[in-house]
Amino acid sequence: MNKVRNNRAWWLILPMLALVAFSAIIPLMTVVNYSVQDVFDPHTRFFTGTEWFVQMLNDPSLQAALLRQFGFSLTILAIEVPLGIGIALLMPKRGWQASAVLILVTLPLLIPWNVVGSIWQIFTRGDIGLMGWSLREVGYAYNITSSPLDAWLTIVLMDVWHWTSLIALLCYSGLRAIPEAYYQAARIDRASRWAIFRYIQLPKLTNVLVIGVLLRFMHSFMIYAEPFVLTGGGPGNSTTFLSQSLAVMATAQFDVGPAAAFSLIYFLIILLVCWVFYTLIMNMQKDRVPGGDHG
Amino acid sequence: MAEVTRKGFVLRRTLLMAAYLVFVLLPIYWLVNMSLQSNSEILGELTLWPQQLTWANYARIFTDSSWYMGYVNSIIYVLMNMAISMAVALPAAYAFSRYSFIGDKHLFFWLLTNMMAPPAVFLLPYFQLYYTVGLFDTHIAVALAHCLFNIPLAVWILEGFMSSVPREIDETAFIDGYSFPRFFVRVFLPLIRSGIGVTLFFLFMFSWVELLLARTLTSTEAQPIASVMTRTQTASGIDWGTLAAAGVLTIVPGILVVFFVRHHIARGFALGRT
Repeated sequence: MNKVRNNRAWWLILPMLALVAFSAIIPLMTVVNYSVQDVFDPHTRFFTGTEWFVQMLNDPSLQAALLRQFGFSLTILAIEVPLGIGIALLMPKRGWQASAVLILVTLPLLIPWNVVGSIWQIFTRGDIGLMGWSLREVGYAYNITSSPLDAWLTIVLMDVWHWTSLIALLCYSGLRAIPEAYYQAARIDRASRWAIFRYIQLPKLTNVLVIGVLLRFMHSFMIYAEPFVLTGGGPGNSTTFLSQSLAVMATAQFDVGPAAAFSLIYFLIILLVCWVFYTLIMNMQKDRVPGGDHG
Repeated sequence: MAEVTRKGFVLRRTLLMAAYLVFVLLPIYWLVNMSLQSNSEILGELTLWPQQLTWANYARIFTDSSWYMGYVNSIIYVLMNMAISMAVALPAAYAFSRYSFIGDKHLFFWLLTNMMAPPAVFLLPYFQLYYTVGLFDTHIAVALAHCLFNIPLAVWILEGFMSSVPREIDETAFIDGYSFPRFFVRVFLPLIRSGIGVTLFFLFMFSWVELLLARTLTSTEAQPIASVMTRTQTASGIDWGTLAAAGVLTIVPGILVVFFVRHHIARGFALGRT
């Protein structure tokens, strides 16, 4: 789309900028400010420079939380993306079934995150939960409060339950944008189902999948409420992810300096991963389609 | 022969789809099941459906103002956030979709980075900022805090929808003598109606489900339902029945909203870009 060059468009941006500045720039500057100071009380503070950053980067418990976080994010992406594509291919395309399935699939996305935690807390309890009870009935000593593996797998399962819908809905909308003529051409060529998926459907899904993977990565990296309610980060630290470590540090222990330094590192990691991923995908698309992207 | 394999294929698809729906609905069903039982029945024998159906858990929530005000508070700040985000995002998205200006690309990218900011990062500064300006424990505080991720999201979605409207329409309207505000409200907004609906859906969704900021910025007056629910954990154990009933009631507004936008949701999830 050819846009008109007009700097007066800034006036249209201004109200938004003022609000976002209030809710993003001022708090972020506060964080930066704290991250380079040692605050004893409101009147006594020292400049520490990069000390907190060095300390945080060398903190073994935070390194462990970071590793767990990456492990978790990659696991759920590896499950949710293929599963979401599969569900999207299965979803009915027209009629009342299409609407009904659409609403049901969207349902988990609209549940407050702490309630998601509560749902799974109830569902997985050994005494009153259907899943916990069933697993015990078939002879598996399922217990998320003592077995780190059970707790971790349950959180992964909960996340798959909660968020696969997002990938599925994104792909579903991508699939609906494919003109019927493409499929007719494929039928005339006697293309296999795999060939149709690989050469017609998947290329059309690239755009929505980039959005989906980015959103999922971002949100899984910030996951807080669900494990907080379900396992409280335990047993031990096995399901303590970055947000929870940070929230404990900032509000319970009130170590504002280290917490601020940690916040900035945390934020930068997310930005870096998103940027690398986005650039990689965009370059891949350019290589594959000579003459620019067709998105 | 071909007919048989085709039927088998359709059947397999339907079965797989049904299996996923069962997976989605089973935990929710269990919550509903719990909410209709008394605590003694919940903690007694495990039953697949309520043996003695009771509405007592729901009655408790609807008669106790400290419970139902949690829902009211949540709805108030969600609606405020939707109104604020929409009001500032509409002109901004229009500017991004129609004009190029100094720093537009950088600004847009910076805007999107705000969506990536973990709420935990802003916990402490928000608390102090809103406390200092006297907004702590008000609805507007939570509404403003949620703008952090909702405004970028709204601009992003709306920009996609607006860019699919040909700019010849703008030019024709201006030649016909429409002023900009009149054109925007009378001509342009009706054209992106579905985009606005979808955006409102997303704004609702992300503001309604967020817990960390909403809980930190409120104490009593504007307490969201999410933090009221923690009251079910008492010294004598967890009040499972009430917790389940409260959980079921948090799902209801979401169902209502998704029902209204069901025809546009598929396109909306692609952010208007397909």
